[in-house]
Amino acid sequence: MLEFSLLAGILFGLFFGLVGLGLNLIFGVMRVVNLAHGDFMMLGAFGAFWAYNLLGWNPLITIPLQGLAFVLAGMVLYYILIPRLVALKDFEMISLVLFFGLSQVIEALAVLAFGNNPRSIFQPVFGKLPVHFLGQTFPVAWAASAMVSLVFIILVYFYLFRTRAGYATRAVMASRDEAAASGVNVDQISALAFGIGLFLASVAGMLSLFMLGSVSPDFGGGITITAFAVVVLGGLGNPLGTVLGGLLYGIALMVMESYLSSWANILPYILLLATLLIKPGGILGKEVRHV
Amino acid sequence: MFRKPLDLGLIILIPVLFALAPFVYNNQLLLFNAMVFLALAQGINIIYGFTGYLPFGYVGFFGAGAYGTSLAIIFLHVPALIGVLLGGLTALVLGLVLSPLLRLSGAYFAIATLAASEAVYYVISNPGLTNVTKGPYGISLDKAYAPHLSYLTMAVIVGLVTAVVVYLKRSHLGLSLKAVRDDPLSSEMAGINVERQRMVAWIWSALFAGLTGAVFAWQISVFYPDTVFDPSIAIFAIVFTLFGGAGTVLGPILGVVVLYGIYNVIGITEPQYFQLIYGVLIMALVLFLPEGIVSLLKRGGINVL
Repeated sequence: MLEFSLLAGILFGLFFGLVGLGLNLIFGVMRVVNLAHGDFMMLGAFGAFWAYNLLGWNPLITIPLQGLAFVLAGMVLYYILIPRLVALKDFEMISLVLFFGLSQVIEALAVLAFGNNPRSIFQPVFGKLPVHFLGQTFPVAWAASAMVSLVFIILVYFYLFRTRAGYATRAVMASRDEAAASGVNVDQISALAFGIGLFLASVAGMLSLFMLGSVSPDFGGGITITAFAVVVLGGLGNPLGTVLGGLLYGIALMVMESYLSSWANILPYILLLATLLIKPGGILGKEVRHV
Repeated sequence: MFRKPLDLGLIILIPVLFALAPFVYNNQLLLFNAMVFLALAQGINIIYGFTGYLPFGYVGFFGAGAYGTSLAIIFLHVPALIGVLLGGLTALVLGLVLSPLLRLSGAYFAIATLAASEAVYYVISNPGLTNVTKGPYGISLDKAYAPHLSYLTMAVIVGLVTAVVVYLKRSHLGLSLKAVRDDPLSSEMAGINVERQRMVAWIWSALFAGLTGAVFAWQISVFYPDTVFDPSIAIFAIVFTLFGGAGTVLGPILGVVVLYGIYNVIGITEPQYFQLIYGVLIMALVLFLPEGIVSLLKRGGINVL
């Protein structure tokens, strides 16, 4: 049972790493906590659900289309919302409230458009046979979701460390002002990072249909906190940390569900608080305390 | 401390108006809820308006107060008013337990308080603790039910929280808190004990949320964990505070009167339309009026308390 928990924990850990990655990218670049992160995940899940049910598309086929839609939507949202806010003195708090408002709007519109029912996709869409690995047996959907997560994590690394825009993105993460002074188009880079962050959220949302069972319009609130816990665990503003945070979270969750299942739903909150109080910068993060 | 007649007038006038209001307007529950939101909005004002720390999970104190009171009444058989004090004390203790969160800044603090309130909620509603907290099955205080006395107690609490905000506004403590909010480093160098000052505001804020939750539990007398730990209670109060203008005495009052008033006049019954309007309102508020309606009055040359 422990072996199963650990291995399943790694599969879920990769998925949770992807859940946190978009949130962390946006925070790293803009110092904004996207409280609507979970709601963008929900939109991604519903996109995949309708594409599968109406058009019969495999969720993997919808990913590029989602990419286009979410990156564009993110860039538009960025230019509408963020430049107005940056001028405010209490930017960090105010943006938190703003994104909370956005999450309410998305959730309400989703209920109006899709109804209140939880949705799920027929699990064997990725194949019928279970996967055997190191003497344990897992649903193929878990393995496929973990693989998709891993591919996206690698792609984000490739983007950040091997492309010009990625270099600029890391420069903005390190210092907005200095990046601007060195000729980086900060707004453009941030808008792109915002769009990519939303796209990652939508893919994670699509995978939630398989990893978490079903998705309903009010799915966003809880998963946003989970995503934040994963991100804080690894270190806000550090994408490598998020993958580590996801793995730790996934393993802890699976072990809890095996041995202490009635307390498993408290795990993200406890991990979040414990990390913040013991090592607020996260395992791989910088210091965040101030006077 | 309350030198100006306006200060004392405000502190007395608001609870008296609420105490008399049921004689002219018969929806007492609506008036009671308005008082609950007013007390919570002022409680948030104490911590956010004066220190810049935004507690997204403020509802944790509200729920802790409600449960502290209820369990004291059920297990210790204390009179309801003593129970209310014990409820306030519960929230105060929770505030002390959570005070290390004040070391965090900005968004970390806001979301950590939310996580803390959810953690408290999951502990209380856990079926494994049914013998202690009644778990998810909720609380019934039918023996202590006293709608009029609990209504008047709430009015007193509204008066008290207003008095604390006026005190902060007028006192040296409030001034130093605002200095800390605007520039912690300089105020520390000017000899202000930054951590102690924040702690004082945090504890006051927790205490009033606890007392409010306590009286709320007494008033409605039957409730479930998700009734009193619903994060949107705190978020509503935050929106009221921001809409009126944080860091002022009148701001949260105006916010509650205008927004809660509009909400009840329109009387939207479809929850998703309500959620939509409320979400759009929050976004519009932040984008176009981030310092609240009080800032409009100030721009018009009216000096606001």
